[in-house]
Amino acid sequence: MNLLGKLSWDAIPHDPIVLGTLAVVAVGGAALFVFMTLAKKWGWLWREWLTSVDHKRLGIMYIILALVMLVRGFADAIMMRTQLAVATNGSEGYLPPHHYDQIFTAHGVIMIIFMAMPFMIGLMNIIVPLQIGARDVAFPFLNNLSFWLAVSGALLVNISLGLGEFAMTGWVAYPPLSGLEFSPGTGVDYYIWALQISGIGTTLTGVNFLITVLKMRAPGMKLMDMPIFTWTCTWANVLIVASFPILTAALAMLTLDRYLDFHFFTNDLGGNSMMYINLFWAWGHPEVYILVLPAFGMFSEIVSTFSGKRLFGHKSMIYASGVISLLGFIVWLHHFFTMGSSANVNAFFGIMTMIIAIPTGVKLFNWLFTMYKGRIRMEVPMYWVIGFMITFSIGGMTGVLLAIPGADYVLHNSLFLIAHFHNTIIGGAVFGYLAGFAFWFPKAMGFHLDPKLGKVSFWCWFIGFFLAFMPLYVLGFMGMTRRLNHTDNPDWNVWLYIAALGAFVIAIGIGAFVLQLILGFKNKDKNLDKTGDPWNGHTLEWSLASPPQFYNFAKIPHVEDLDAFTDMKEKGTAYQRHASYEPIHMPSNTNAGPIMGLLATAMGFALIWHIWWLAGASFIGLIVAFICRAYASNTDYYVQPDEVARIENAHLDNVAKG
Amino acid sequence: MSTSATAHHDAHHDEHHDTGRNTTLGFWIYLMTDCILFSCFFATYAVLFMNTAGGVSGKDIFDLNLIAGGTAALLLSSITFGFAMISAYKKSKGGTLLWLAVTFVFGAAFIAIELYEFNHLIHAGHGPSTSAFLTAFFSLVGLHGLHVTAGLLWITIMFIDVAKRGLKDRTVTRLGCLSLFWHFLDVIWICVFSFVYLMGAM
Repeated sequence: MNLLGKLSWDAIPHDPIVLGTLAVVAVGGAALFVFMTLAKKWGWLWREWLTSVDHKRLGIMYIILALVMLVRGFADAIMMRTQLAVATNGSEGYLPPHHYDQIFTAHGVIMIIFMAMPFMIGLMNIIVPLQIGARDVAFPFLNNLSFWLAVSGALLVNISLGLGEFAMTGWVAYPPLSGLEFSPGTGVDYYIWALQISGIGTTLTGVNFLITVLKMRAPGMKLMDMPIFTWTCTWANVLIVASFPILTAALAMLTLDRYLDFHFFTNDLGGNSMMYINLFWAWGHPEVYILVLPAFGMFSEIVSTFSGKRLFGHKSMIYASGVISLLGFIVWLHHFFTMGSSANVNAFFGIMTMIIAIPTGVKLFNWLFTMYKGRIRMEVPMYWVIGFMITFSIGGMTGVLLAIPGADYVLHNSLFLIAHFHNTIIGGAVFGYLAGFAFWFPKAMGFHLDPKLGKVSFWCWFIGFFLAFMPLYVLGFMGMTRRLNHTDNPDWNVWLYIAALGAFVIAIGIGAFVLQLILGFKNKDKNLDKTGDPWNGHTLEWSLASPPQFYNFAKIPHVEDLDAFTDMKEKGTAYQRHASYEPIHMPSNTNAGPIMGLLATAMGFALIWHIWWLAGASFIGLIVAFICRAYASNTDYYVQPDEVARIENAHLDNVAKG
Repeated sequence: MSTSATAHHDAHHDEHHDTGRNTTLGFWIYLMTDCILFSCFFATYAVLFMNTAGGVSGKDIFDLNLIAGGTAALLLSSITFGFAMISAYKKSKGGTLLWLAVTFVFGAAFIAIELYEFNHLIHAGHGPSTSAFLTAFFSLVGLHGLHVTAGLLWITIMFIDVAKRGLKDRTVTRLGCLSLFWHFLDVIWICVFSFVYLMGAM
């Protein structure tokens, strides 16, 4: 038996682009390693961050993961757009199909699973417990474990760059293409284990945050009184626990087909590949609402804060989100109208899909009515909101168009579809996360970012988006299908050039964003947010220092209004000094999370390369680590009242100074 | 959960944010995610069970007498787990240990019967690679079997826990979760038995 399974020197790709990337990663990694070692920061990193069970720190780490993966996924995007801009008139371009197919698969997987999801979950981690007046989530260790499982999946995707290959199937990995017969390499296995491991982490996050909002709200806050962002996250979590197990099941079946010669989805012996496609989208469609609902919540918070008004129709927003969640489960078939189900079935799914426009429209009107007669402050987050409202409306309308089965037969898998879903995911989810990032950055980090660069970034994203994706609508109508490696239709060329230009404009937007962060950290001391309430906020997170005290609330607040903090400011009960404090019970940091994440990575890697002994050992290791953690002592400690008093008084002195 | 007020002071170190009720509700929601996982395998079985690829169908291979034995063992184990929980709430360490052990024996008997059935089918040339029907059958029943096996491991751990540390609040909470898990698997098995075996053999 070979101790290394299928792994050998041949696994390292010989493609100059891949080797160049690996060299850059190696140099960058070495530089980071040397810096950390010289600065003696490893211990600090491990104790304060990697093992942290503090939801705010985990949230920040999730967002760092998301931003790193955004750069990786965007590099894929710009390679594809340049390839398609040069590979016209029959020219083959610079990316051979073998490589190009991996790039579009990786782009999709990374952007959905390892960029959008961690970004959303990161913001949810930081803000939701603060908004409901809780000191942490229901299960702090589980929260840390979920993060490490997400990292584990992301690591596997990145390892595939240097060892073996990634899937060449598109991000949906439909069988029989993704079956062993047509994808005998390691690519689909990387795909399976990256998604499987991170998906289990996401399920745990969903359970964790549902219990958090159900059981840990501050006294006085009824369910319907929860801030809208918390509510939209709650709907997203309902969708997570109801839909991620379906992904787990579909991937498990694909795994059995590939590893044990089962016949769920094969062409022969009675397998049915459409079953995978049904299961995949029974998860995949709710998944896009998981991404976009929290973004809707962020827009709602921002629009209300910067209009200086209470959100218009708080209850209708909650119900609209609920209706979207419910409908999200009965529209999956619109992803494959061309499967050949009967006209009645297609009509049902088409109509259900169109109905989603109604609750979404309710939301848009609510945002407009919130702005109506408001005193609007055009800060950076507000730019994103207005940019979103324009962009997302177009994306929504093209969605309704695609929901007509007849039209879908023409446009299925054309670039029109690609334009549509980028229009909703970038214009909806990504603009939302960037809005939320700009809005809550001072809260999470304690200092402001340069608004000028923020606006430059916004305009580049906004204009770049339209340049990059409006041409794809046109190309879709002209008959260009997705996943083409090169083209030979001269009529398409000009639109492909414009789309490539758009990608470069977005690149400038990302550059401005990165510059904003670098300068922000450099000039941090000049831009401190001392009050903790830079935007005159409405909800409880703004009642705390920036960054919040590690125990969040010295005394759990009593909530008496929808806009709890506005209410406290009006009644004069905000920023109270207390004569004494109670000891605060806090969970201790734990190294079980990162260790289990590492073991999960090892197990996934071993399964991909058929290194059975390592797979078995790391699986047993995972179980043992979990049991050890379950019986660990010293999982908590108390913060003493005098320390609480010292921290609180320092914050209140800062507030008094203004 | 626990009615004992005296047990509370010694549990302070174990229970903080993960208070018993949060844990139980959280575990309940986890079970619902597990239920959806099973429902996917049920749906797939429903789609594939007629795709026998010219090979055997359920009627040809299901031995209802054998399965009735396994089913009886599993259903009895649910009752005995109920007795274990009653003993645990009464803080009777010996009773809890006894009934946990009995539950384990019944659960292990169920798994033994399932392994015998699988082994028998594979040796008769009806392994999971033979047809989509057998793929779906082995996967659905096997998924349940894996869960029961995990349950047996968990019972072992709880047995050691109760034996070594007695019935503290945290332990009783965990026994409660395990109880939910065990009964849940019973409900799933009733569905497997009716939907796969009975409908397949009739």
